Order: sequence, then C-alpha cells, then structure tokens
Amino acid sequence: MNRRDLQAGQIIDGFRLVEPLESGGMASFWRVTRDGSGPPMVMKIPLLRPGEDPLTIIGYEVEQMILPRLTGPHIPTFIAAGDFERPYIVMEFIAGASVKSLLARVPLIPNEVAAIGAKIAFALHDIHRQHVIHLDLKPSNVTLRGEDAVLIDFGLSRHDQLPDLVQEEAEGPVGTGAYISPEQVLGQRNDPRSDLFSLGVILYFLATGGRPFGDPEGVNNWRRRLWRDPVPPRARNAAVPPWLQEIILRCLETDPAARYATAAQLAFDLQHPDQVPLTTRAARMRHDGIFTVFWRWLRVNRQPERARPALTSHLANAPIVVAAIDLEPGNDGLNQSLAIAVRRILATESNSRLACVNVLKIARLSLDDLEDAQGRNPHLGRLIELKHWARSIPIAPERITYHVLESTDPAGQLIDYARHNRVDHIVIGARGSSIVRRYLGSVSARVVAEAPCTVTVVRRPREEVDAAAERVAAQRA
Amino acid sequence: MWIGLLSDIHANREALEATLDHARRTGISRFVFLGDYVGYGADPGYVVDTVMREVEAGAVALLGNHDAAIGSGPGGMNSIAAEAIEWTRPRLDSTQREFLAQLPLTFNDNGRLFVHASAHAPTHWEYITDVPSASRSFMATQAHATFCGHVHVPELFHLSSTGKIAGFQPVQAVEIPLLTNRRWLAVLGSVGQPRDFNPTACYGALDTERNALTYVRVPYDNETAARKVREAGLPAILSDRLIEGA
Repeated sequence: MNRRDLQAGQIIDGFRLVEPLESGGMASFWRVTRDGSGPPMVMKIPLLRPGEDPLTIIGYEVEQMILPRLTGPHIPTFIAAGDFERPYIVMEFIAGASVKSLLARVPLIPNEVAAIGAKIAFALHDIHRQHVIHLDLKPSNVTLRGEDAVLIDFGLSRHDQLPDLVQEEAEGPVGTGAYISPEQVLGQRNDPRSDLFSLGVILYFLATGGRPFGDPEGVNNWRRRLWRDPVPPRARNAAVPPWLQEIILRCLETDPAARYATAAQLAFDLQHPDQVPLTTRAARMRHDGIFTVFWRWLRVNRQPERARPALTSHLANAPIVVAAIDLEPGNDGLNQSLAIAVRRILATESNSRLACVNVLKIARLSLDDLEDAQGRNPHLGRLIELKHWARSIPIAPERITYHVLESTDPAGQLIDYARHNRVDHIVIGARGSSIVRRYLGSVSARVVAEAPCTVTVVRRPREEVDAAAERVAAQRA
Repeated sequence: MWIGLLSDIHANREALEATLDHARRTGISRFVFLGDYVGYGADPGYVVDTVMREVEAGAVALLGNHDAAIGSGPGGMNSIAAEAIEWTRPRLDSTQREFLAQLPLTFNDNGRLFVHASAHAPTHWEYITDVPSASRSFMATQAHATFCGHVHVPELFHLSSTGKIAGFQPVQAVEIPLLTNRRWLAVLGSVGQPRDFNPTACYGALDTERNALTYVRVPYDNETAARKVREAGLPAILSDRLIEGA
C-alpha cells in the first residue's frame, strides 16, 4: 500500500480510517474504528515500495510476531494484522505524551528525570520478563500514559524464543545512532542490558539537554562509543546530583556486565536516590584522558566475542530479594536463621540485589512523632540495627540497601513495597507460636498469601521453636 | 484445526503411545505421519498397525526411506540401519508390508507440503541440516510451508521475501507464527529416536487456523524401549541412543 492511496473514510478489513497521525519513516499511522465504536485504535501501515529498505518489511514481520504475545500496561494491545497482500497492524491507541515531546524543555529537574526513568525501566523489565528485548529504545518510542510508560515500535526487537528475523536480514548492526548500545554495534542482539544503555542515553539527554554520544551516522561513527566515554552529566549541568550521575554513567558502561543487572534494579535506584551507593562515577567531572581511551580502543579491537546467557537465565540470576526483618527484642535466633536463608539465596544468584526492610508499626497514619522520648529518630536506630544484621551477609556494598518503612499495617506495607519495586523474592521470619501472633495475626502468612512474588518463610532454630511451644502449652494449662 | 505431525517413530512403541496420548489430551484429532515407522526399534508390527488404524480414521501417512527399504532392500544404508532392516523384515506380515509399499512420498494441503526428507527429489532422501540443503528444498516447491523429518534433530528454516535463508532451533512448547510474508521449512524432530541430546519424543503441533507451529517434547518410558531393543539382539548403539538422545 502506498501512503497516497489512503484516505479518510476508506475501509480496510472492517477498519474505517478516521484521520492520519504523525508518520514514521517506515510506516504511516491512522486512527481507525471498527463498527464505529469500541476503544480508540491505530493502524500502522508499513510503506512497502520497490527499492525500500528491506528492514521495513522485516520490521513489520517482527512486530506481527512479537506484539500479539506481549501483555500488560506497558505495551499497546494488539488487535489485528493484515496479510501478505495488505500488510498492516491494528493496535490500541495510546493517549499520552511521547518522551520526545519532553525534549523541548530539557534539562529537566533531577527528580523528574528519575521519575520518568523509573517508569521506562519498569516497562523494560516487563517486556524482558516476557522474553523480549526492545533494541531500539529512544524518546519517540516511549509514550507516558498516566503512571505508566508504554513502549511502542518493536520492529527491531528480539524475542529470545523465536527466530531473530532482523539478525538474519541485516548486513550490519541496526538501531538508532544516538541510542544504540556498544554491543549492538558489535552485532550482538541478545542482551537485555542493551536496553538499559539506551535508557541511560535518554536519562543523560533529559538531565543535561545534550546527547552523550551525539547523533552519529554510519556504523564506523557508532563504534566510537566502544572506547570514548561521554562527558559526565555534572560537567554539562551542575544541577545534576551525584546520585543521578552515578546511575546514568552506570547505564552507559561499555561492558553490559558493569551496568545494572536488570531494569528492575535500575528502577530501584531511581526510586531510592538516597540509597544509591556512590562510586568514582559520581565524582567524575571530565571524560577519560587520551591514554585511557587509546588503551580501550586497543582492547576493543582485540577483544574476542563472548558468549552471552539467554535472556531468561540472565533475569533469573538477578532477582531483587527483600529480607523483612523484625527488630523487636527476642528475635535474635529468628534473625540468625533469616541471615542463613538469605546467604543461601544470594549464593546461587550472582547478580541479585538485597533490600533489608524493617516496618515500623505505628498506631495511626503519619501522625506519630518521629522522635522518641529522648528526642532520637527511631528510624536511625533501626537503620543501624539493620546494617548490623547484614554484617554476616557476604555481598558487595553496591548490591545492598536498607529501608525503614512505617505503617499501621506492616503486612500490607511489605506487599505494596514488593509490588512497587518489582521484588522477586521476600524472605520473612515467622514469629512462631507466640502470644503476640495469636492476638495480632501472622504477618508472614498474609505476605505469603498476597505478595506478588516468591516468599520464603523462615522459622527459628528448632530448639527455640520447641521451647516456645512448651511455654505456650504451659500458659494454656 | 490442530494437526499433529509425527515423524521417525522407528518402531518405538512406548514413544508412539506417549506421543499420541499427549497429542489427544492437547486437543489434536488429525495426524500426518511423515515416514520411517520401522527400523532401529523393537516394535515394528505394533507401530505399523497403529499407523494403519490412524490412516483408516483419516490420518495421512507418507513413505520414509526405512519403510521403502523393507520392500527394496537396505541398499545405500549404513551397516547398523541395514542390520535393523534385516531384523525387521521377517517381523512384518504381508498386510503390514503392503501398507508400507503403497505409501505416497508427498502430501499437499492448502499451501502446505509434507514429505519425509526434502521437497527436492524426495526419493534421494537428502538430509536438511544446513542452509544449502534447505535452499534446495525451498527451490523445489512453491509451498508456503514444508514439513519434513528424516534428520532426527528439530530445526526451523525460513526464507525471507528478500531471499535470505536462516535456521532456528525451536524452543520446546513455544508457538512460532508461520508469518505469511516468508516461507518456512520445518524439520520436525523424531518421535522414536531423537538425536538432539534430548531423549524425549518430539512432535509438531500445527494450528492451521492461526498458522502457527509448536515443537512439543514428550517424556516417555525410554528405558523400557531401550531394554526391548537390547533384548531383541539389535546393535547396542540403538538402545544407548534412546537413553542419551544422541
């Protein structure tokens, strides 16, 4: 179909064309309706003309293959696709602002950059869990709808359980010059962390007003990012705080292994700026000197290709684990058991993140004085206790964080926390046969029933459980 | 409609029973058998009888090279395959042998071609293991999708509208849409003697309405099947293969 063949009112396979939308380079977009009602829809029609880039048709095939399999709020819902004679895809119309429209007012304030970044990271984590790597993430491919970022245009994407049609068609790397990751430049299309690099470019752009690698054309110019590190964001915009620079430069690491292990872990840091462990990245004020860059250039040109794990196994090795710790007195035995359980989990999952969480139970919502009788902040004491608890856990400091939450409903708070942070695994102690539990109900039982993730319930050491049971029996007698 | 695609059963009763059972529980009621019912395994009579019954009930069965060798002799086969054919021939009755002798080489259905080895010269029994052999098969047919067996290793080749061919190792139980813009050549694995380091039986489930193919793996009692091969006095490698899947 040709762009000029299309006009409003025309009907294609039962869909009535209403009005043309902004056209992309490879396709035209129309608002369409079916039976004059129903949810707003958009029809994407690839522009297939003789001599056109074959990736146009391949991109259409890839979307036709991948889009129907994706579900959730971060993807436009697939509605219908045409056939060989009349190619099109009809999908849900996403009402909202494109991230591209934000570029008119960059630089944004750090909190806004982090909030947008977290939304995009959650969307990426969602598609990664569904076996898809986007591989062409850029502002024009992200729409903000309410609280969610919606990803569009999966024409260059990769599903790790389906044939990679793009790889087979393309002679060299494909992507967008400003946003493409170094490993994509080298022809690798199976690492979900490539999307984190592109998100790092977006964050850099939003925070500084400029692109970290410019907008180069041609593969030879794309390669430069393999050895040339970007000017640190704080050197371009003094308002960028160290924690945001730390996050952005970690996303922009050349080696995917030096970036965040998963998009959920990146979102976690974007949502907890005060918990971002700062490294030398945060303090950098200029990019590397000529000798460092030269060595990197030499290494790039000698580096052998490395085999990379499949998407699913990569995600499975990088969970966000929450240790829910009860700091009430008398829980030492239970908390030791909890530490042992957490050590076991971390030992098998090399890229995990650990969040140590304590919920401070308050009598009523947000009216409690945040100081105790001696004028001390109870949060501070609890943070110290959490850190003390975690001393026996062998984990690098950048992979562990500490959080004191407060709530009238500790179980509900933990469940919300797990949902909000895309937690994969909660480790929680069971208070056992205590009188407290009989009156208050079991926090762990409710977390098991309602949490959106795996939950491990840890009990006290056996002798303590037996002793407690005896005490309860004695009290009853 | 769902069609079950079963290839290279090779006289393996346990694998065939488990596969048919799995397919029926999945909702598959129509079958295409892509040849090589006999050879290697210990239950040729049972397998041929089962396939004959399915054909009477509407299934399609095609000829494989081992089936052809029952009538024409094992010329051109390696010594182990030839030994298995010699062992099998006296264990089939005349009805079973006649059934094998009259099987067709190919079956065409609505843009789909079914054949044991390759669309290119089906009686040459060429193995489709790489892009050149896949390319010869693509050139020999106009079919949108070709389904074959013979190799005992599952693979899915596809030919883009720009003429590029690539192979893909299918992931178990993941549905692959056979997009209309390209052509497809599905090498189904083997029901009765898998050789892709996975000893479970492999078959294809084709959804003709949605035009999608799923490679399905079915665990079966391969220890019994292997024991029967040993007890039959067939070459030891034939029983070992059922355990190792290679």
